[in-house]
Amino acid sequence: MAACMSANRSENAFSANDLVPEWAQEEVSTGTTIMAVEFDGGVVIGADSRTTTGAYIANRVTDKLTPIHDHIFCCRPGSAADTQAVADAVTYQLGFHSIELDEPPLVQTAANLFKQMCYRYREELMAGIIVAGWDKRKGGQVYTVPMGGMIVRQPVSVGGSGSSYIYGFMDSNYKPGMTKEECLHFCTQALTLAMERDGSSGGVARLAAITEDGVERRVVLGNQLPKFSNV
Amino acid sequence: MATLSVCQQPIGGFSFEYCKRNAVLEFECNKLGHSIPAARKTGTTICGVVFKDGIVLGADTRATEGMIVADKNCSKIHYISPNIYCCGAGTAADTEMTTQIISSNLELHSLSTGRLPRVATANRMLKQMLFRYQGHIGAALVLGGVDCNGPHLYSIYPHGSTDKLPYVTMGSGSLAAMAVFEDRYEQNMEEEDAKRLVRDAIAAGIFNDLGSGSNIDLCVITKGKVDYLRPHDMANKKGVRTGDYKYKRGTTGVLAKAVTKLDLEVVEETVQTMDTS
Repeated sequence: MAACMSANRSENAFSANDLVPEWAQEEVSTGTTIMAVEFDGGVVIGADSRTTTGAYIANRVTDKLTPIHDHIFCCRPGSAADTQAVADAVTYQLGFHSIELDEPPLVQTAANLFKQMCYRYREELMAGIIVAGWDKRKGGQVYTVPMGGMIVRQPVSVGGSGSSYIYGFMDSNYKPGMTKEECLHFCTQALTLAMERDGSSGGVARLAAITEDGVERRVVLGNQLPKFSNV
Repeated sequence: MATLSVCQQPIGGFSFEYCKRNAVLEFECNKLGHSIPAARKTGTTICGVVFKDGIVLGADTRATEGMIVADKNCSKIHYISPNIYCCGAGTAADTEMTTQIISSNLELHSLSTGRLPRVATANRMLKQMLFRYQGHIGAALVLGGVDCNGPHLYSIYPHGSTDKLPYVTMGSGSLAAMAVFEDRYEQNMEEEDAKRLVRDAIAAGIFNDLGSGSNIDLCVITKGKVDYLRPHDMANKKGVRTGDYKYKRGTTGVLAKAVTKLDLEVVEETVQTMDTS
């Protein structure tokens, strides 16, 4: 995922300095592969763990699955600063809203809050989000809010720079009506394939299963990932 | 999102008041054939590590202005609050001012809550301010401290993203320092081991990166105690000259001596007073 260049940034305080390497002046980006899958009773979300500044890996154990409420998570690909700031703002707004209602918020509400922010500041932000969670009204739901601020509900969704490599796998292997374990296995495989091929994705695979009972988190370390080829 | 602040009122949106003025000044300067003064950058290696009882922060002490060393012994570990310290890499003025603003706001916040400030609070304040300026404030920070929830270490990038990790490095020498950390870091180290590890990491940055140099400063933060070791290790002492190029009187023999007096008369006398007040 290339660093964002916009008109404002042309007057950067860092002019070219031989002593400060180029990657230190790049914006921090979560290159990323993220995905979310609905199943009956909840959702499974997964992400890789690599954050890059140019060609340097700034954080190899990032947690890109951010809780924005008890039963609602979001996955954050794109610029690390932009997505962290948006997620913090939405967490605050959603928490406030939930206290006002005196009941847990809907996933659709959270997704719409993200959409409003991503659409209004579409020129300035580089953030595409996948919002996934469970609520009482509609059960497990996955909403995709790509860059530009569209919102669409999908049973399965992938995002980030590594997603291009696994659309085929996703289309051919997703079956509606999978169980939680099958979804976790499906996610692990998809993330592994993407991390193998995308330079901006890697590290460990982080998974979370969100159901009525709560959130169950799992980490699959690099050497425990499934092996697909002997090359 | 209300923040209590004295030095800065958070106005909505971005404030780029001086960017247009700077662009005009630069254009005018270039027309006359001069270049605008370069910002002093701390080339830098800074790092931090979490050990059993707290945090060890480390930094080198070289500040560069282009290719010249502007300050051989500058202090890069800044005070934020009695239990929180922050190392800064990037533009020296930006790191200095940013940490001072947040330190001041944090003290007001601490007086308002009546509690010792938390590292997460300082982190939030820093990241929100840096994000507001969209990366134009060139401050890359390593924030560490011990609060009621234990030791915490954050790395904060100029665009406003943060990472919470057990060991972090920043600055131009961060790759060299990270290599040392990845090799020798363990969980729950003792204080002496942690200090040695940080010292070696900064030394790696100093000796392998042109933007870092001079001495190593350490700051050890534990519950109730802060050890600010400046300098902890003078890795680059200036050498002592072993020889002298001056010749002693009498080295060359004098064969003859002739003295001619010059006739001078005073033509003009002016007095210029010096203001020694």
